[in-house]
This record gives sequence, structure tokens and C-alpha cells, in this order.
Amino acid sequence: MKGDGTQPAWPDEIFGVLKEAAVEQVCYVPDAGHKVLIERSIADNEITTVRLTTEEEGVAVLSGAWLGGQRGALLMQSSGVGNCINLMGLVQECRFPLLMLVTMRGEWGEFNPWQTTMGQGAQAALEAVGVIVHRVDDAALAAETVQAAARLAFLSYRAVAVLIGQRVIGFKEFAK
Amino acid sequence: MTEHQVTLDRRKAVARILADRGDALLITGLGSPTWDVAAAGDHPNNFYLWGAMGAAAVMGLGLALAQPDRRVLVITGDGEMVLGLGALATIAVAAPGNLAVCVIDNERYGETGMQEGHTAAGVDLPGMAAAAGWPVTACAWTKDDLEALVPVLHGDTGPIFATVKVTADPAPLVLPPRDGTVLRNRFRQALLGEMAFE
Repeated sequence: MKGDGTQPAWPDEIFGVLKEAAVEQVCYVPDAGHKVLIERSIADNEITTVRLTTEEEGVAVLSGAWLGGQRGALLMQSSGVGNCINLMGLVQECRFPLLMLVTMRGEWGEFNPWQTTMGQGAQAALEAVGVIVHRVDDAALAAETVQAAARLAFLSYRAVAVLIGQRVIGFKEFAK
Repeated sequence: MTEHQVTLDRRKAVARILADRGDALLITGLGSPTWDVAAAGDHPNNFYLWGAMGAAAVMGLGLALAQPDRRVLVITGDGEMVLGLGALATIAVAAPGNLAVCVIDNERYGETGMQEGHTAAGVDLPGMAAAAGWPVTACAWTKDDLEALVPVLHGDTGPIFATVKVTADPAPLVLPPRDGTVLRNRFRQALLGEMAFE
């Protein structure tokens, strides 16, 4: 799928980074931008995937995972960021590593106005509760940004979110 | 809402459950269940939540998936559990055989003035768990029920969801350590040894 002109390479590259970082649990609420990452995680025998009903569950699941000696990643859309906020108290008080990969809506060329409030507020909301935020607006920098975020999360015991900009993911088409 | 007489004391019930814990890893939901477990005796593999309401059961899920050869027990309250009811679906789907969630149900919000909770109005948590697909569910009303439940919690293939109905009688505060880094470091050291600090 890499570089064949029909599928972007960055989701596969991010998956490779997660494997290199020894991620063994992947929790997600689906987003179209995470489709490849979710499918590859499910297909990987060394990764346990957890289908969440709401994003904050993933904060707790991965806290438990790390308590038990496993690293994880939490995948969501920007609309899920707000759901996670109170549980950042768990992560911050215990200095649990947390790696969040957030695909953005409500910004570059958004069609659906209902996405805008949380999309525009996501970074400030995360930073208000002490989460370190890295943004990706160039697909070529996605993998190295996730790699840096994973190091910061797992080696420095920090909550780190990578916001993958809507410019990278592309417009969601609402063609009639 | 019930024809049952509630007689179980929360402290005695939790102490009874933990008497047979073996090497189980334990997570407690904030408030009274944390005090109950502390009152039964501290242990490095007790992870006490002092906040993060709604997180206990799913935190147990992540731990159970990471440690498939160990039993993981979550002891929480009815108010904590209803804050994260989606966990019933999430855990049913993930289906870790080594996880048990035990709700100490006094049908009250004990930390905030003993306001009635949803279970007081008849919400049936084990029934909801069964409907979500948990293979083992139970509700203990009596001492005999509790005696039958204890080996199930510690030994049956799960995930196991159980409610223990207890009286709303207050119990004295027994406070475990509250520094999260102390709790996580001692938990991981007891579980993982040297690897804990890599």
C-alpha cells in the first residue's frame, strides 16, 4: 500500500513505529483516519486490541496495561478528546505513560460544523490537563513525530498526544 | 425495590473475599471500596484509586490482558460502576478469562451524603452484565451467597461480574497511601521485579 498513489503511506509507517516501540495493546474508538492502523493492529498476533465504548476507557485500560508491564496506544478522533479529560488525573498522578494518536476533525476544510467545537478545542483541553501535544500537518513527518511521542511517553513517563491534522487525513466527502 | 433483606457488612464481606485472594492483583474503585480493602490489610499488589471515577473495571481489563497468567480482581462500588457502564460492553467483548469485577453495592453514594444510587431504584447490574455477554454473573445477598461467590471470584473462568449487597451502615475511614507514584512503583516492583524500573 505504501506510496502506490492510492493509499497514503503514513498509517503503515505509524504502525511500524508502534511495533518498534513494543506496543502490545491498542485501544480505539474508530475514526476513518485510523482505519488502516486499527485493521493492522487487529491482524497482528502480538497486539491485543480493545474496542472501547468511549475514549476515556482507553486511558484506564492502558494505565492497567502499563501497571502489568505492557505498553499501549490509544486511537481516537478529536471529538473523543473531551471524553478523556477527567481520567488524565489518573495518568498524571501516577505518572503512567500514555500515547494518544488523535485524528483531527473540525479544522482544515471541515464540512460538518458539529465537529468544530471539540476539534478546535482539543489541543487546549489536552494542555490544560498537562498532556504534551505534538501536531502533525505534513504526512512525511507523521512517523517520526509518533516515534518521538512514543519515546517521550514510555521513557519519560508522560502523557503525550499526537494530533494528526485534517490536512494530512484529507477532507471527509459528503457527496450526495 | 427488593424482597431481600440486606444484612451483609461491607468490611466483613470485603475481608472475606480477600482472605482467599492468593496472588491476585487488585484494583479498588474510589471511596468506600478503597477504604474497605485498606481495612482488610495493605498489600503491594493493591492498587487503590482515589479518583478516576468510572475507571476501575476497565483498568482491571488492561491489567488482566497484560497479565493473562494472574488473576485480576476489581473491587468497586455501585456509584463508581454506573459512571462507566460502557465497561460492561467493552469487557464482555475483550473477554479476559482472568478478570473478576466485584461491586460492593450499598445502593448509596457513600462519600457525598448517602444519596440513593441507581441500584436502589432497581437497576440490576449483574443482569446488565449478563445481557452484555459476561459468562459468569452473580448477586450475593446472604452470608451463604458470599461463601459460594468467593471461590468463583478467585477461580472461575471469567470475566466474572458479581454484586455483593451490603448495608448502608457507615464504617470508619481507613486510608491507604494516596501518592499515585508510590502505588504504581510498589505494585510494579512486586509484580515485575527489576523490570519495573526499566
